[in-house]
Parts: sequence; C-alpha cells; structure tokens
Amino acid sequence: MTDTTLGTSASLAAAETLESPARRAWRRLIRRKGAVLGLVVTALFILLAVFAPLIVPYDPIATSWSLVRKAPSLQHWFGTDELGRDVLARVVFGARASLLAGVISVGIALAIGVPLGLLAGYRGGFIDGLISRITDAMLACPFLILAIALAAFLGPSLGNAMIAIGVSATPIFIRLTRGQVMSVKVEDYVEAARAMGNPRWRIALVHILPNILPALLVQATLSIAAAIIAEAALSFLGLGQQPPAPSWGSMLNAAQRFLTSAPWMAVWPGLAIFLVVLSFNLVGDGLRDALDPKAR
Amino acid sequence: MLNFLAKRLVQIVPTLFFVSVLIFSLQHLLPGDPALVMAGEERDPAVIAQIRAQYHLDQPIPVQYVYWIKGVLSGDFGESLRNKMPVLELIAQKLPVTLQLAAMAIVIAFLIGIPAGIVSAVKKGTAWDYGANLFALWGISTPNFWLGIMLIFLFSIELGWLPASGYVPLSENWRASIAATIMPAFVLGNAIAAILMRHTRSAMLQVLESDYVRTARAKGLSERTVILKHAMRNALTPIITLGALELGTLLSGAVLTEQIFSIPGFGKLIVDAVFNRDYAVVQGVVLTTATIYITLNLIADIAYILVNPRLRG
Repeated sequence: MTDTTLGTSASLAAAETLESPARRAWRRLIRRKGAVLGLVVTALFILLAVFAPLIVPYDPIATSWSLVRKAPSLQHWFGTDELGRDVLARVVFGARASLLAGVISVGIALAIGVPLGLLAGYRGGFIDGLISRITDAMLACPFLILAIALAAFLGPSLGNAMIAIGVSATPIFIRLTRGQVMSVKVEDYVEAARAMGNPRWRIALVHILPNILPALLVQATLSIAAAIIAEAALSFLGLGQQPPAPSWGSMLNAAQRFLTSAPWMAVWPGLAIFLVVLSFNLVGDGLRDALDPKAR
Repeated sequence: MLNFLAKRLVQIVPTLFFVSVLIFSLQHLLPGDPALVMAGEERDPAVIAQIRAQYHLDQPIPVQYVYWIKGVLSGDFGESLRNKMPVLELIAQKLPVTLQLAAMAIVIAFLIGIPAGIVSAVKKGTAWDYGANLFALWGISTPNFWLGIMLIFLFSIELGWLPASGYVPLSENWRASIAATIMPAFVLGNAIAAILMRHTRSAMLQVLESDYVRTARAKGLSERTVILKHAMRNALTPIITLGALELGTLLSGAVLTEQIFSIPGFGKLIVDAVFNRDYAVVQGVVLTTATIYITLNLIADIAYILVNPRLRG
C-alpha cells in the first residue's frame, strides 16, 4: 500500500518536471470545450456502432408491409421507412458503415501517402520530382469527382468506395509528409543521426517520422470527417454500401423520394452525418491548437 | 516575374501529362473488356472485332494512349455511347449551367463569408465572434446533399416558394432561372462561405496587429476607416485568390447538388455517365475539370503576384 502510494507520487513528481509531449498535448486538448464535446460525441457514435444489436430492439433490414412510412411514435422513435423498417435501427447500424469508411479510407491514404511523402522529401531529386508531379496531377482532379470516377470503375460496393476515397485522399498526405520532411531534415538532430552513420531508412523512420506525427494526426482527423461525407455521398449515388444494408447516404437517397409524405426519413440520417462530421472537425481543430508548438 | 511565370508554365506540362495518364488508366482498371460493353447485349464476334479495331483496343496499352491523347489534343474526346454525341459537344452544352450555379455560389459565399470573418475578427471574443465560428463549423460539417433536401422540404414543400427541381436558362427567363438555381447555389456557397470566413478572420486578426494599423489608429482615424480602408484591403487580397481556388470544391459539390435539384449541368453529366458506363464522357469530364483547375491555379498565382508588389522582382 505504502509502496504504491509512494510510486504514484514519485511518478507524479516526474510528470511535473518532465511531461511527455503526448501527455502535454492531451492536457491541452481536454481544456478545450469544443474538442471535448467532439471527443464525447465521437465516442458515443463508436459505442452505438459497436453495440448496435444491444441498443435497438428492431432488425435494421426486417421489412413490414403493415408499417410502411409510419411517423415517429413511441414504438418507432424515428418513424419507419418506405419498406416498413425502423429508421432508428437503420441510423444506429448505419454508424458502422460510416465510421468504418472514415477510418479505413484514411488508413489507406496514410499507408500509401506517408511512405511516398517520406521518400520524396528525404531523397529529393528525380524521385521527388516524379512523385510531386503525380501528386499535383491527382490534386488537380476535385476530390469527390475522382472518388466517384474510381468507385464507378471499380464497381459499386462499400469496400470499393473505401478504396476510391482512400486513393483520392492520398495526395494530401503525400504533400503534407513531403513538406514536413523537408523542414525537419535540416534540423541538427537529423544531421547528428546521419553523422553517427545511421542508414537512411532508419533516419527516416526513427528520427524524422515521429517528429511529423502531430501534423499527420491533425490532417488524419480532419480527413476522417471528409471521408465520412464522401462515403455518404457515394452511397447516396448508389456507389457505396449496397441495399438492404443500412447506410446514412443511401437512406437519404430513399428519403428524397418520399419527402412530401415521410419527411422524418430525411431528418435523422442527415443529422447523424452532420453530428459525426462535426465532432471529428471539432477534435481536429482542437488537436491542431493543442499540438501547435507556437501556442505554448 | 517572367522567370517565375516560365517556371510555372514548364511545371504544368508534366502535371497535365500525368493527369491524362491517370484518366486514361481509369478505363483500364475496369475488370471487363470495354469492347464487350460497347457491343451491347448480342455480343456478335464480328461486331466486337470491329469495335476492337476501331478503338485500337487490339494494340498495346501505350499505343492506345498515344491514339487517345492525339484525339484529345485535337479536341476529339470521343463519342458518348449513350447520346451518340461528341463528348466535347456534351460538355460545352452542360458546362454553362454549372458555371451559372458556380458564379452565384461564389457571390453568396463572398457575401456571407467575408463580412462574417471581418466581424468576428474585429469583435474577437464576443458573442459575434462565437456565432461566426459556429456558423463556419456548421458550414464545413453539413453534407451539402442533406442541406439541399432540407431546403427543398422547407421552401418547396412546406412554404411552396421555390421550385423543387428543374432548370430554366438565364436567357429564357431570368426570374425563373434565379428561382430555380437560388437553393442549389446557396447549398454550394454555404460550404465555401465557411472556409472564406475562417481565412478572412485569421488574415484580419494578423493585419489588425500590424504596425501600419497601429499608426492609422494613432493618427486619430476613426475605427471604421481603419478597418475598412487600412486593414481590410490588405487582408482580403489573398482571400480573393483563395476564392478562385475553391472551384474544385464547387465542382465536387455540384455533382450531388445538381443530382438533388435535377439540374442538367456538369455534375449531373458525370453521374449519369457513371451509371450508363459511358467512359468517354467520364474521362472527358474529369480531364476538363482538371484543366480548368490547373489554369485557375496559374491565374491565381499570377494575380497574387500582381496585387502583391513585394513578390515582383
């Protein structure tokens, strides 16, 4: 007992004298009301997505002809859709497609973009020129148009939509990583690592990458927000999640056809997209401020 | 200046080359054989062979690219499978519709975004600032297709003030044209207004702390003159070029907005082409968008140098 108490106070004292950058960023992040709100709402949606079957009593794809387009009621809080399915159940289960698409497509963009950006920034020369021109070419095509074109050529499915969104988001990460590497690689500690005879890959991965992580983290959070909107857009057009599986985008597509007789069908999925995107944007903005070395 | 221009122009050539390669290779990502798609239901071997020869599909891919790019450079983007019309003609027909929407959207974005940004910078830390920042967050986070649906519900179904869909050319009846496009233009402009507001706010904050603004205040000029004449002019020059660059956002946004409001523009053209597997049209549209974007980028760079004497040299 005494030992643990002592241990805690000792580590607390250490934390005060030498706080790790991650801990400091976290402390600054949770001081911001907007960021905390964003974190809470994001966590709530993640819980909804994970425990969806335990939360809603209805099957999101079970149709019922006696329940077609019923207004919100005590039994069906968000009403029912054109096939008699519970809208609340579909919104809750739809969180799975949206969050998954947000995280996986940004994961794809990071997995391709960061190594290419490191390579371009660190090696320079011809390789940099080549990678940069390809990045420029991709950035010249508007993000959503590129994603739609890719998704169309790959074929409609949630997996292909994620690939299309991920590839379309890649150039942003290449450019960001490259720019960050260029500014970090002239620092003394990189020079020191080189002088000690470290191989190039080791300098790039061990000395440069950790120092550009904050910028990547901010961009990744904001990109998840953009990717969730993009997935909803592709599903709205029929290029993402395929029916009858629920997704917020395809629910809005169906809702548009019944706007006069069943407006509730349009309200909830849109509100869900808005809330999730808003909270990722809040967290991203908060992270940017918390990780900004100038604002200490 | 000339040096810079020459360098920028030289950079554009490889970028455009890679854009064309990217767009060309889209077609080859396709799992099926384009000749089979074009031959239709019957799949007559003779017809397939003829299509292969006609479109050079029997040649190696680099050779196919050369044929394709030769056509593109001489203005031949191929023919739409669906409409049996040259792709270039289709684009020329649809682009003005989207340009009208885009122009209206930019005007709306500037009218909302810049005053909101100025007010929030000048009244930093007050309820005004808070409200403007909330507006920006809402604008960035709202999916434009949802906003479109909600506006249709409110203004067309509930209030009956505006048509829910359709398009009337400006030259035919300007009132009907504005009525049909004001909602989609607002949907498009809303997101850009939010971005403009954020940039205006931070540019204004920076300028308001500068020495010449302090001097202007010290001279005893009214706060109004200081903000409108001294601060705003300097803060807004980069914002105006930024507005030009938001065209990419506009064209992306137009895809869904035109779909929702059934407006026969550029965005609807690409969606229809995607669903009809009309690849020549998809390629043509993406190539046109990229070229417009690159050109605007160049113009923005030049404009930036022209308005900023320090960069001339």
